[in-house]
Amino acid sequence: MHPETFLRVLGPDPYKVCYVQPCRRPADGRYGENPNRLYKHTQLQVILKPAPENIQDLYLASLKAIGIDLTLHDIRFEEDNWEAPTLGAWGMGWQVLLDGLEITQFTYFQQSGGIDLDPASVELTFGLERIAAFLQNVESIFEIQWTPERSYGQVRLAEEEQFSSYSFEFADVDSTRQMFDLTEKEALRLVSGYPRKQPELKRRYPVLAAYDLCLKSSHLFNLLDARGAISTTERAALIDRIRKIACRVAYCYLDQTTNPNSTSEDQESE
Amino acid sequence: MTKTADFLLEIGCEEIPAGMIAKACDEFKVILEKYFSTSGLIEKESVDVFGAPRRITAICKGILQRQPDSEREVTGPPRSVAFDSADQPTRAALSFAEKQGIPISKVYTITTQRGEYIAAKIVTIGRPTEAILAEVLPRAVAEISWPRTMYWTSRDGMRFIRPIRWIVSLLGGKSVKLEIANVRAGIESAGHRFLGKKKVAIHNVAGYEAALRRNFVLANPVARRKKIESELTSLTAKHHLRVHEDPALMDLVVYLNEYPSVILGGFDSDYLELPEEILVTVMRGHQKYFAVRSRDGRLAPNFLAVINLGRDARGLVRAGHERVLRARFADARFFWESDQKCRLADYLPRLAHVTYESRLGSYAEKVERMRQLARWFAEQWFAQGIQQASVASADRAAELSKCDLVTGMVGEFPELQGIVGGLYAESQGEPEDVFQAIYDHYRPAGLEEKIPSNLTGCAVALADKMDALVGCISAGLLPTGSSDPFGLRRAALGLVKIILERKLPVSLSSAISAGVRALASTTQKLHVKPEIEKVIFDFIIDRARFVMRERLGFAYDEVNAVLAAGSDDLVDAVKRLEALKAIRRSKNFEPLAVSFKRIRKIIEKAGPAEKWQLPAVKPELFDAASERALYAVAESANRKASGDKRAGKYKEALQTIAELRPAVDQFFQDVLVNSENEDVRRNRLTLLQTLLREFSTIADFSEIAAGESR
Repeated sequence: MHPETFLRVLGPDPYKVCYVQPCRRPADGRYGENPNRLYKHTQLQVILKPAPENIQDLYLASLKAIGIDLTLHDIRFEEDNWEAPTLGAWGMGWQVLLDGLEITQFTYFQQSGGIDLDPASVELTFGLERIAAFLQNVESIFEIQWTPERSYGQVRLAEEEQFSSYSFEFADVDSTRQMFDLTEKEALRLVSGYPRKQPELKRRYPVLAAYDLCLKSSHLFNLLDARGAISTTERAALIDRIRKIACRVAYCYLDQTTNPNSTSEDQESE
Repeated sequence: MTKTADFLLEIGCEEIPAGMIAKACDEFKVILEKYFSTSGLIEKESVDVFGAPRRITAICKGILQRQPDSEREVTGPPRSVAFDSADQPTRAALSFAEKQGIPISKVYTITTQRGEYIAAKIVTIGRPTEAILAEVLPRAVAEISWPRTMYWTSRDGMRFIRPIRWIVSLLGGKSVKLEIANVRAGIESAGHRFLGKKKVAIHNVAGYEAALRRNFVLANPVARRKKIESELTSLTAKHHLRVHEDPALMDLVVYLNEYPSVILGGFDSDYLELPEEILVTVMRGHQKYFAVRSRDGRLAPNFLAVINLGRDARGLVRAGHERVLRARFADARFFWESDQKCRLADYLPRLAHVTYESRLGSYAEKVERMRQLARWFAEQWFAQGIQQASVASADRAAELSKCDLVTGMVGEFPELQGIVGGLYAESQGEPEDVFQAIYDHYRPAGLEEKIPSNLTGCAVALADKMDALVGCISAGLLPTGSSDPFGLRRAALGLVKIILERKLPVSLSSAISAGVRALASTTQKLHVKPEIEKVIFDFIIDRARFVMRERLGFAYDEVNAVLAAGSDDLVDAVKRLEALKAIRRSKNFEPLAVSFKRIRKIIEKAGPAEKWQLPAVKPELFDAASERALYAVAESANRKASGDKRAGKYKEALQTIAELRPAVDQFFQDVLVNSENEDVRRNRLTLLQTLLREFSTIADFSEIAAGESR
């Protein structure tokens, strides 16, 4: 989860952003053999804070704008509440289906880093490969004409194949665990050292680096999970460890941005 | 008579989750009726509520336009205090009148039990219905309960299932001024997202559904269901196909679209190589498609999708859905093939990493316990002459039963647990006895579902359920109220259902002990107290009672009587129940039951048995003829009844017992049990106790409620 989403939805200031985000999900790898699923796919992520009243209309207008005739296709908002348990983030909303194909996750964010959001933001994540395949009317994501010269498969297939095997077969469980522990340790060191009461040190304090490490540990966790190395109890425990970091990052970020000059004496409620 | 009008409220929302709409409508109806009737606006329950993905609509025909005036009497001080000797109002009376807001001349006297008091009539003028609606509707909407709610503006804003975007509120054709979640009510509804007008003015209640229909919204689920059903039928008939019936899916798609239409799509028949269960689950679970069968009953390479459009003129929607389904099937095939790169048994070590319950250990440990129990059941049955019982098959099926939990397929489709394991076992050459048992072992999931189809499946299913009951109850997880996270009630019900339907000889108490032994062998973390076995037993019997009453149709007192006489063997208990029910109508039976109840009371009154009980009845102590007669009749009846009982002839045995009635009646007519002679008294008590004990082994007659049978 990009910091432009995870962190920017915190606090009261209005914010609008959209950006392209490559997303890696080790368990979703299919060795490049599935026409719709990828180890790494690309999302157009949009954050609108506060959530506009006509957001659904805006969203549908965006589909129209890229050439989808809404009267000729079956578009549906089906319940799908999004949650990133490792980051203490969740919201309620839908997956948007285009002729049965999930093309967007549409979420009213309620919490990020364990903090209630006020105001609520809306997040739209467009699955770019699926939309492109739809618009180009090709059977598989790998057949997308990515540039005039090359197909998506020519650019990315090798990566899908290799990272699928890495996630499911090659990743060394012990080393991955060690990396997880090490990353967690470094992240914890950073959030623990946050100089809440020293305004002069706050500005340059690397809260963003702590978040980066938090994301890294979240990815290592996903990798261990795809590798089938995590039991259900351990799973809950690991999720909890990452969430703790994420929640502390969110807290530090809010303090850093909303009280840059205060010593926070009056809001010690971590 | 105040005039009535028609009222309509439409709450316009962003798409509400399909599975929640019907329940919310039912609830909203009750809430509105409560508010309307307590305000005196309606006389009977007359609110109709129905919903679609983007709206919940309430209609109340004949609501009063104005709340009726109401009148009540307020009692003031005693008359003696309120008026002085000159019959002039005192200060007390004046201040009473002032407080009630009426002139003193309107105060009158009433006579109560405590004497004369002054009183006043207070009339409350009814308010206009609009004013009441504006007040109660926001509260009523907020009262609808949802599994989870959200806010969409600020944290202290309204919470609802999804954002509320418009409100239509009409009373007698005029809009009612009110505001819910910062949305002001008006007369404008919204048409279908893509086919209808964005704003649809509603001028009266009668024209509501038609106005929306013109804008491609079928507001009423009845209309949507009808459209879907008729299109399903006509499309399949045209292609000589049949719909794979799926009532739950039907309920869902009715609430998934505002203007549903059905299209028929196809897929590559190569995918039909995959098991039918998997294909159907892929279609219904992810895509909400109905599967289709050809006339011969086999799955056809087609599907029926319910879309939110009037038609698919160019076939674009169909092509899209077909492409998605191909990818889904490709995924299922990926799991089918990659899961089977190793054999089912190779997944066993991974079960050690999957926790069943923290104190009960991993699934590997659960499987170990299930194996012990499944073997135990099969051994018992074999020993009792059931030839098909195979200890080896039961052991093997139990061993493999949970392997599918760590496969990709069950990860993707959890509802296929057991089924996937069975299918893999089949394709990997396990014998039918074993793969069918794995396939079936979660059955029955409810009272209506079938039990496992073979005996090995019954052994594994019983092992699974018994282990859940013994383990969870020992770990202190006995269900309370409606909370039953481990499904123990369902497990106990399934256990009872399997035993009864398959007529399996099972000693419940021994089976529980076997479960406890198995638990002790795999977990050191849990110390199982001996008294817990009784708790487990009672928990199961409680479900058995339910099955006997609700499923088998026996009266509650018959069930109580039979279970009081022994409940360890449920199949035997049902046989006794049948005999009891058959004999109950005979003339001697219920009067005898009354006498047995009397006997029980006499013995209870006599205090602890060791104080009066004789080692045996002494005939020499009899002094009445009817005593002697009863003794003799009982002796011979006992011999005959015991013989019949041993032979399983419960009806005959009960018949014999019922014939004791004249002797028992005569005894109570002639004899006073509490004789002044202590020896005689003790002898009589002993006689009665013997009677009660010997003749209560089929059913405890004292449990029978005479004259209350059905």
